[in-house]
Amino acid sequence: MGWQRMRVAGASAVALLMIAGCAGAGKDTPAANQPLRVVGQFEFHSLDPSTAGGLFTRLEVAETLVDADSKGVLQPGLADNWTASADGLSWTLTLRSGALFHDGTEVTADVAAAALNTAHGKAGTPLATVPLKAISAEGNSVRVDLTEPFAPLPAVLAHTSTQILAPSSYGPDQAVTKVVGSGPYRVTQLEPPANIKLAAFEQWRGEKPEISEVTYQAVGRSESRALMAESAQSDVTFGMDPTSLQKIKQAGKLNIADVTLPRAILLKVNSGHDVLGDVQVRRAISMALDRESMATALLRDPEMAATQLFPPSLPDWHQESATPLEHDPSKAKELLADAGWVPGSDGTLERDGKKFSVTLRTFPDRPELPVLATAIQAKLKELGIALDVKVGNSSEIPAGHKDGSLELALYSRNYALVPDALVTLADDFAPEGGDYGAMGWNDPALTSAFDALASGHDADHAAESRRKVTDILQTQLPVIPVAWYRQSAVVSPRIEGLILDPLERSWRLSGLTWAK
Amino acid sequence: MTLSTAKPRASNSALRRFAVPPALAATASVLGRRAIQAAGVVLLVSTACFAIVQSLPGDIAFRIAAGRYGYDQVTAASADSVRAELGLDRPVWLQLVDWLAGLASLDLGNSLVTGASVAGELGLHLASSLQLAVAALVLALIVGATVGALAAARPGGILDRLTTVWVSAARALPPFLLGLALILLFSVHLGVLPAAGHGEANNIVLPAATLAVGLSGLFARVTRDAMAQIRQSDYVRFAATKGIGSWLVFLRHVCRNTGVTLIAYVGVQVLVLIEGVVVVESLFAWPGLGHALVHAIFWRDIPMIQAAALALALMVVAMNTVVDLATAAVDPRPRHKEAVL
Repeated sequence: MGWQRMRVAGASAVALLMIAGCAGAGKDTPAANQPLRVVGQFEFHSLDPSTAGGLFTRLEVAETLVDADSKGVLQPGLADNWTASADGLSWTLTLRSGALFHDGTEVTADVAAAALNTAHGKAGTPLATVPLKAISAEGNSVRVDLTEPFAPLPAVLAHTSTQILAPSSYGPDQAVTKVVGSGPYRVTQLEPPANIKLAAFEQWRGEKPEISEVTYQAVGRSESRALMAESAQSDVTFGMDPTSLQKIKQAGKLNIADVTLPRAILLKVNSGHDVLGDVQVRRAISMALDRESMATALLRDPEMAATQLFPPSLPDWHQESATPLEHDPSKAKELLADAGWVPGSDGTLERDGKKFSVTLRTFPDRPELPVLATAIQAKLKELGIALDVKVGNSSEIPAGHKDGSLELALYSRNYALVPDALVTLADDFAPEGGDYGAMGWNDPALTSAFDALASGHDADHAAESRRKVTDILQTQLPVIPVAWYRQSAVVSPRIEGLILDPLERSWRLSGLTWAK
Repeated sequence: MTLSTAKPRASNSALRRFAVPPALAATASVLGRRAIQAAGVVLLVSTACFAIVQSLPGDIAFRIAAGRYGYDQVTAASADSVRAELGLDRPVWLQLVDWLAGLASLDLGNSLVTGASVAGELGLHLASSLQLAVAALVLALIVGATVGALAAARPGGILDRLTTVWVSAARALPPFLLGLALILLFSVHLGVLPAAGHGEANNIVLPAATLAVGLSGLFARVTRDAMAQIRQSDYVRFAATKGIGSWLVFLRHVCRNTGVTLIAYVGVQVLVLIEGVVVVESLFAWPGLGHALVHAIFWRDIPMIQAAALALALMVVAMNTVVDLATAAVDPRPRHKEAVL
């Protein structure tokens, strides 16, 4: 009996020691001895700047020739300055002297020109859409020749796909095999698809980061990321879903950083459709939407209700004076009645014996989209519009645009893919339409406003051109704004100084400090 | 006994001299049957995966372009470029034949999204999944067998009844929910284990435990029933009357015979285990096959889908093969029976 008791006591002691050991391992040790732990949703399956490039500029490993501040104003990056020729057909970007890659080699104009030429050859990159003639090196400068003036070129050179990597990054077939950049952090370990370890680059030309080591872990599920933040397993956690964020806010133990993004949730409307082509109908649909309730209930953030296409985070384009889009179901009914739509026997609107029945396509990549689609369906039903919601995948939107079968689509659009929103807007609202923009609709006044802005010839009247753009889109509604976006990050009390970049180009980890 | 009378004694003796040992014959038979099964699985799974992906809604080229560049930057032009580059406009049957021909020469091809070798990516993901599956299985067997053995010591006792509750609860809880509950307890409230992630030694504890809890319930039940029955059997009673010590009776007769039943159940549980791995990897951000498969389906990365599904299916065949071999090793009766017949 005595032996048995001793065994039980021994086993209990071992178990307790194990738990205590584990518990000790989970506690915070002095901050300086631990790397900064960053958790986000972005995995990397390729190192090519055209596909995974965003991750390595966010981690401040790689740089672009041109940078941008929080307001989207262009700043020097690897290039100190840039100038255009008088005819706007040639740009010269002078490199910053003394910049080194992480392998100790110098950032030269030849290397930069080669990286840009590679980016230009990749489908899907903004540089591939520029009217480009040639990119070459001239001494310490990169020269870009165009076939026609294109004022937003420096903004395109701030896009993450144009990052400049060292020649040692490329394998024999020009495939990127490692990321040797020139930023304040260098890669010390890469474990695709989810783990990256970084160390401060000793020869970085700028201010030395206080935090010398960083680990990045990609975690796909937002619930898992939230639990990692709650259990102090991460110091900075990106990509929070509204419900988890609200729970963390209520607990009050962690800090939250947030910023409004230049991104909007939109209803794309096929304006060439026999029903949706009527602007009165598009306005009625817009008035049927109770944006504030949707933003409050589904996005947990009433300020994200869109009153116009451009969010306040695009200050050049957001117009305070614009008449806000409002919820007005009575007016919506009047507009539909004016357009000849009358309630049928089952309550669904009819005109000339045809029911008002349309299909909306959306996708679940962003989890708020299907629920917003359902809310829109309910609101349109109140008007007598039968909306069939089809949740498929994102590719159905450009595919439906291409073959003309799309009626309505719900998606989110980032207008700061390059810091100057003009590049994305001119593509989305081109006369022939855009995959994530207008369909079956064009307005010559809008096109001429974009052309004027792109040529750069009429810089004094740029603000007026942008105001005109907002006015046209607000009244014609080729896309119907639903909501804006706020990006949030959960920050542990161990660190200070996180400022989120609304353009999502950088996480600005080099500016962080350990909490004193 | 007809066998011995049908053949002359001399040739029987010669046969015995060159006869394959029964254990080796049994192993060869198992491996032969499973190899044929594996070949069938490869053909069936590859074709089924290909057909299913083709029947999914949406244009594959657009989806692959979204995987490459992010959906914000997908345009009809980039999708067309992907379609031309990958030959997605070729007849569907030709694409399938290409894949099968590659497979026959042990070439799994390249990912349509990343361009990387599928075999290379698969190796990394497979190693992670096997690590997780083996850890979970070992843990489940240890916990399940121990709990079952303790319950069998006194059938109908408190421990036995608690085991029944444990079995029901473990089987009823979906892995996703159980995983969340374990994270909440051990990561958020106690702060002793990481909630998710990969790369550190203790990252495996919670995902393996999540899988093990579900599996351990049935192992406990099977162990308990088998052990209780074996304890009452004539051969165990006979062994006891021969004067063999109770520990030796327990080890030689009770444990060994329980082991035969338990190992057979491992084969049954393999499917539950593989299914659980897919769910648990997603929750714990564990970069295994399940994780790879989910991403590949999302992107319509056909070679990666086919390779990951094949690997999962072949894992089932491989684990069943191991179970067959282990059963043959622990229980000599079938091979003796085959030798006699």
